[in-house]
Amino acid sequence: MDNLAMVLDYSLLRFSDAVFLFLSFFFLLGYKCSIVWSNVLAAQLCGPVCLSCNGSIFKWRKRRMAKLRSILIACCMVLMISATAFAATEIQWWHAMGGKLGEKVNEIADKFNASQSEYKIVPTYKGNYTETMTAAIAGFRAGKHPHLVQVFEVGTATMMAAKGAVYPVYKLMADMDLPFDTGRFLDGVAAYYTTTDGKMLSMPFNSSTPVVFYNKDAMRKAGLDPSHPPRTWPELAAVSRKMIKAGVVKYGFITGWQSWVQLENFSAWHNVPLGTLENGFGGLGTEFVFNGPAQVKHIQQLADWQKDDVFHYAGRRSDGNPLFINGESAFLMGSSAALAGLKDNCKFELGITMLPYWPDLVKKPRNSIIGGATLWVLAKHKKAEYKGVAEFLNFLSSPEIQADWHQFTGYLPITYAAYELSKKQGYYKTMPDAEVAIKQMTLNPPTPNSKGLRFGNYVQGRDIINEELENVWTGKKTAQQALTDAVERGNALLRKFEKANK
Amino acid sequence: MAVMQDKRVHFRNKWLPYLFIAPQMVVILVFFFWPASQAIKQSVYLEDPFGLSSQFVWLDNFTALFTDPHYLESVKVTLVFSLATIGLSLSVSLLLAVFADQVIKGANFYKTFIIWPYAVAPPLAGVLWLFLFHPAGGVVAYLLNHAGIDWDYFANSGQAMLLVVVAAAWKQISYNFLFFLAGLQAIPTSLLESAAIDGAGPVTRFRTIIFPLLSPTTFFLLVVNVIYAFFETFGIIHAATQGGPGGATNTLIFKVFNDGFIGLDLGGSAAQSVVLMIIVMMLTILQFKFIERRVQY
Repeated sequence: MDNLAMVLDYSLLRFSDAVFLFLSFFFLLGYKCSIVWSNVLAAQLCGPVCLSCNGSIFKWRKRRMAKLRSILIACCMVLMISATAFAATEIQWWHAMGGKLGEKVNEIADKFNASQSEYKIVPTYKGNYTETMTAAIAGFRAGKHPHLVQVFEVGTATMMAAKGAVYPVYKLMADMDLPFDTGRFLDGVAAYYTTTDGKMLSMPFNSSTPVVFYNKDAMRKAGLDPSHPPRTWPELAAVSRKMIKAGVVKYGFITGWQSWVQLENFSAWHNVPLGTLENGFGGLGTEFVFNGPAQVKHIQQLADWQKDDVFHYAGRRSDGNPLFINGESAFLMGSSAALAGLKDNCKFELGITMLPYWPDLVKKPRNSIIGGATLWVLAKHKKAEYKGVAEFLNFLSSPEIQADWHQFTGYLPITYAAYELSKKQGYYKTMPDAEVAIKQMTLNPPTPNSKGLRFGNYVQGRDIINEELENVWTGKKTAQQALTDAVERGNALLRKFEKANK
Repeated sequence: MAVMQDKRVHFRNKWLPYLFIAPQMVVILVFFFWPASQAIKQSVYLEDPFGLSSQFVWLDNFTALFTDPHYLESVKVTLVFSLATIGLSLSVSLLLAVFADQVIKGANFYKTFIIWPYAVAPPLAGVLWLFLFHPAGGVVAYLLNHAGIDWDYFANSGQAMLLVVVAAAWKQISYNFLFFLAGLQAIPTSLLESAAIDGAGPVTRFRTIIFPLLSPTTFFLLVVNVIYAFFETFGIIHAATQGGPGGATNTLIFKVFNDGFIGLDLGGSAAQSVVLMIIVMMLTILQFKFIERRVQY
């Protein structure tokens, strides 16, 4: 009888889950309140009109609704039935790794699950970075959040400010008596995700840095030596012109993630500030200052290069990659993590080199900063489950797992141990290109201008930068105007963030 | 309206009719009025994304909106986008409906194909158009470039607007077509025949008989299309241009979505949706006040 009661209890629990899902579906529908609201308004007001026009269409829609409902009910039933018994404690991990990366994530989870029987990591792909973060936040508000969520670097300030929602990783590891040494991580990686007093709040997972990919075959065709790719911006422009003139390419270079590559990394690389108070690390009172002479000169130069196709704007994200893959553009500036995908798709010999610099601004470049994501532990779960989370994070940062992830994906090895292990395994001997990103990121010890950035509301901030840069590319504004406008609009967002998080 | 009165049903029990509409009212209250009131409440608060703290800020969110030149720019973009979309989709669908009404052979074939796009979800429609027109990999974009047209909507505001307008209009043509066709088929053929006997050509017949008799349908579609263009097009914009380049296709609804669901600025986004709600309510009232008078039922 006990058993039966348990089963009943359990299925009731599952049933309430299903009801919750059902309701939340409608809530979501309702949340688009204004949309639905006005539809109803229209339907109410126009009802007589449409009925006199054509009744059958409404019947048809009704039938469709009935079908939708039956599908929903069927989904709930399936959910209830799928309530199979399991012994291990489940730990939910929401991530944004699609395609091949997603398969690798599943593989890591499988390895962990096979290594012990107490916990079961359940990775779920939730869409791109913003979608994943939004889903986790919406989940938190509804009390249905995962234990672990992958958040991209621009969301860092938002997560850090959410004190009651986040279980800091350093604290989790201490509470669970597991070893955790921030010094194990590469300086540039650790600096990005620790507080000013050196406490690491989230677990680094996938970090990348922008590099220059180039087409070696096209360089050869233009009579250039591919073993000496351009190192400065003037060289890059000269080489591009030669290649366009020789007719081997249409464009000199394209760039993905313009804000990250041409502003954020540009500033770190040339050791100029992006914002006050150590790029926001020093506190919420930070202000943007990226309309300085160095950035203005650079952006204006890019705009001028558009005229003779040395530079071509090809979208905000990695939209332009096909232009590089099909040989139309000689150079591509993008995330080092694009390496695996480019290798698979490029029909020519692929080269990788460091970002160019302006010799009239600096004698030598500083270091580049990272992008990518970390894993945040969300609060308000059971203590027993957190034990499993801690065990998994420990497993995840082991040199073997990290080295494998690094070599498979092109992301940086985030710990020194993983870097050493990859060296020992001879990875860089067979793949010297893969080391460019690490060398570039660790070229010099980071300065306050080059250890990263921490700006609140920066998801929106980047949108503004994208918009204003596009105003430069479309010729609506000069670089000076656009960057000053972006600074002004961005500062309004920073003040709003400061006010909301006091 | 006379027809409606003849059909009026008389209930013996006073409460029965209220009982009948009660379920619908409950649905409206729970799923429409409640969220709408939440949006209004949210619009006067400043809240962090996780909902850990929130403070009452009076009308700060609204003043921030109306002093932001980019919001006013977005209003302008929305007007251009909506007018173009509504005009294009209504005129093309009316044209198609008039032709489809006259087709004798294979009429169902044409109808099916014209109605088909309605089954495509807006984001999917956006992706579809993206695949065709993406400057770096689109099929049509490739052909256009070879035809000597410099197609690049990442750096050309006009082309970006053109793309989203055409995509949004294309999506709505099927719906409009259905209603226009139904309206056309409801026009008694005897009227048209007698007009033809009296010597009225096709154009005169359309102008003096078909179009006036179609006016209830046209009016209904106008209201629905305004709502569509204002509210339901963000999927297309999201997939195709994401409001760019430089805010050239950043319509009000896309801004609500972007600020609220991507930027996690709930207060600002709620304020925008309240403004949007008021705009569309006013538009609908205006339409009923001024245009409906000219409609002949």
